[in-house]
Amino acid sequence: MKTQLHIDWTSCDGRGLCAELLPGVLDRDDWGYPVARGKAGRERTDVPLRDADLEAAQEAVVLCPKLALSLHERKVQ
Amino acid sequence: MWAFGRVSGFVALALFTGSVLLGILNRSGRPLMVLPRFSISLLHRNVALLAAVFLGLHVGSLLLDSFAKLNPVDVVVPFLGSFQPFWQGLGTVGLDLVLAVVVTGLLRHRIGQRTFKSVHWLSYGVWPVAMAHALGNGTDVSSGWFLMLAAASAVAIAAALLWRLSPSFLETSHARQGNLP
Repeated sequence: MKTQLHIDWTSCDGRGLCAELLPGVLDRDDWGYPVARGKAGRERTDVPLRDADLEAAQEAVVLCPKLALSLHERKVQ
Repeated sequence: MWAFGRVSGFVALALFTGSVLLGILNRSGRPLMVLPRFSISLLHRNVALLAAVFLGLHVGSLLLDSFAKLNPVDVVVPFLGSFQPFWQGLGTVGLDLVLAVVVTGLLRHRIGQRTFKSVHWLSYGVWPVAMAHALGNGTDVSSGWFLMLAAASAVAIAAALLWRLSPSFLETSHARQGNLP
């Protein structure tokens, strides 16, 4: 099982709290929206997390001002 | 009880002012000096909850006070009080609105963003209602320090509102108006 941080782009407004809480995982683009570091394609929407980032990711889910984040478990293929 | 009821009212009003200012700052998406964005978010929540606690103390102590002559009904239903029913009723309106905002705020993840946000907008109504209640119903309005506090709060809120409505309010407003860095 691997935990992914899902970003709901229709809700996201690029406020930047998640990028502050997960500085190693998320960067911000010029408009403020989160961009997963070193990821491409689907992994920018369902960002795979290391175990060390789980706690910060949970904080980000709770604090996101637009409720645009959620955590999902995915089986490793 | 009378003195405590008055002082807790002032503290609640000052904290609500701080909470509105922090909420507006929070919405702009900007960090404040050493405070990161998520700290401002938490501070906004905690100051607001503390204000609600002082509001509870304010209402509770005056409910038990023999001089204020409050009925339990006056706590929830506005404009029925025996002393200055209109100004006291504004306080009741404020309390009811604060309760709605606090409950929906704490249940944000359960009720969804849209419901939360539509109720949270009421906070912009709470502040003037609370200030009018303090000015109209308060017995310390003639004292200088209270007027200073009220005037400073009003100026701060008005300035924050103007900032909120200005085009450069958002941290990312420059890029979002089409100007790439």
